[in-house]
Amino acid sequence: MFNPTPTELEALSLSLKVAAWSVAITLPFGLFTAWILARKRFYGHALLNGIVYLPLVLPPVVIGFFLLAMFGRQGPAGAFLYDTLGITVAFTWQGAAIAAAIMAFPLMVRAIRLSFENVDSRLEAAARTLGASPLRVFYSITLPLISPGILAGIILAFARSLGEFGATITFVSNIPGETSTLPLAIFSLIQTPGGDAGALRLVILSIALALAALLLSEYLAYKAKLKVEG
Amino acid sequence: MLELNLTHRFQEFQINLALKAKQGSITSLFGRSGTGKTSIINMIAGIVTPDTGMIKVGEDVLFDSAKGINLPPEKRKLGYVFQDCRLFPHLDVRRNLLYGSKAAQNGKKATFDHVVDVLGIHTLLERKPANLSGGEKQRVAIGRALLSQPRLLLMDEPLASIDIQLRSEILPYIEDLRDTFGLTVIYVSHSIDEVIRLSDKMVLISNGIKQAEGNVEEIMSRLDLHSLTGRFNAGAVLSTTVESYDVDYDLTGLAFKGGTLRVTGVNLTKGTSIRAHILARDVSLMLHRPVGTSILNVFEGTIIEVADEGGPQLDLKIDIGTPLIARITRKSFNDLDLAVSKNIFTMIKAVAIDRRSLGRSALD
Repeated sequence: MFNPTPTELEALSLSLKVAAWSVAITLPFGLFTAWILARKRFYGHALLNGIVYLPLVLPPVVIGFFLLAMFGRQGPAGAFLYDTLGITVAFTWQGAAIAAAIMAFPLMVRAIRLSFENVDSRLEAAARTLGASPLRVFYSITLPLISPGILAGIILAFARSLGEFGATITFVSNIPGETSTLPLAIFSLIQTPGGDAGALRLVILSIALALAALLLSEYLAYKAKLKVEG
Repeated sequence: MLELNLTHRFQEFQINLALKAKQGSITSLFGRSGTGKTSIINMIAGIVTPDTGMIKVGEDVLFDSAKGINLPPEKRKLGYVFQDCRLFPHLDVRRNLLYGSKAAQNGKKATFDHVVDVLGIHTLLERKPANLSGGEKQRVAIGRALLSQPRLLLMDEPLASIDIQLRSEILPYIEDLRDTFGLTVIYVSHSIDEVIRLSDKMVLISNGIKQAEGNVEEIMSRLDLHSLTGRFNAGAVLSTTVESYDVDYDLTGLAFKGGTLRVTGVNLTKGTSIRAHILARDVSLMLHRPVGTSILNVFEGTIIEVADEGGPQLDLKIDIGTPLIARITRKSFNDLDLAVSKNIFTMIKAVAIDRRSLGRSALD
């Protein structure tokens, strides 16, 4: 019974690829946004905060529709990407990664922002008096101290991307081998007569994957905490 | 040499201060909590920007509101030892020490080995700050500041968060900073004991304003400053030199301008300069030279000032070759018919002077 078909394995590797790219996209933007939200006070702070957290509260289908409107061949961003770079993101795995990234973004920002807020700014002031420039303070003091938060953000974003369904199916549809990630493949198999065994195998795979990710994150978080707190 | 002249408005009060600190000396800013002392050294460090004024170290201008100069903290080349240590939790002691370290120049400045040796922290180098005691943390914080080769060391209540027992562990190290490294230190404290022990000059601060400044002996002998220096601990500070030690009785003789003060214990090398804080409430007065008394320290003097604030007690300043302060009841004052310029005998119990009130004194 436990003998996944090539299509099922394809769904698994596609899921991992999409989730990894999603994390790669969200991390730099998430770090920057979290820093701005935690450390800067400016006009429009509340608005930015609201926009960042929007995917958390909106129905994923709404995000999918919005992406389609923006990144479809006729959409402004989509037309620009196609005309200048010849890239189509609608109905491709890159599009799936973008959808997953947008859905995962608020979780990434939230985790990192909380750890920014927990960094004792008095330590940073102390580093300045020891001759460190603001840039050196950031990478030698702030960044190591928020590393558990960054790690948590990465794990959350990765897990959220693995599970992404609504925005993905709306934006890039459910194309086997291109956009059919684990949740979408499970959905297809459930819809297919006689697909139950395949669906069950993917469900078990999903559970194993989620559990492994959780255990790994616990372990890494423990190591990071040990490093920061001595 | 540090020179500054600052004004800064806070919600509750205004800081308005002019100050000069000599090279290689310890200047204490003394005052109650919340009087702006920490804000003042934060301004020197560049962490807080004053409204107006200027700060100069030697010929180097760190801040000048008129010329629009305001160096960031990392360009000021000052060391700062914080009350809460602020060691970096993710770095071990060695990497904390090396964080701001610059190469020692011309042999006079602090090298890594020398600093580690003077502060006695070589066994801690591989540990994380979380595994250090309060006193150890503070020593590492001092070492870290020293190794950045500062022109001036700012210390904000470095002993306030440390157990009373551990304080005596740190105090000698701070004295060493001046004596070994020739460092200029600005020391903020609300503990009169620390200030008496360490300062070459003390500056009394109240509500952001300088109320008095001068050497410790001078400030502590002023009756009008008792409300600022602390009424309970009021008392003259005598500059003394260790003169003799009586092994049989464990008594040390401290020579000062009015004679020899005998105290228990101490046992320091002959010739060492130390300060003795004689609390006004430990001094009693007699009209005639006492006979058959257990009191070892009897000095003849003249009353030169009486501070009468209307309560049941009065503070008297008596010249015994150097000013001494005695606190007596109004009843005794009237019964003995005391007045300025009257001759009197003062008595100080040897056991009343404890080790904590004796500090190695500065610049000889």
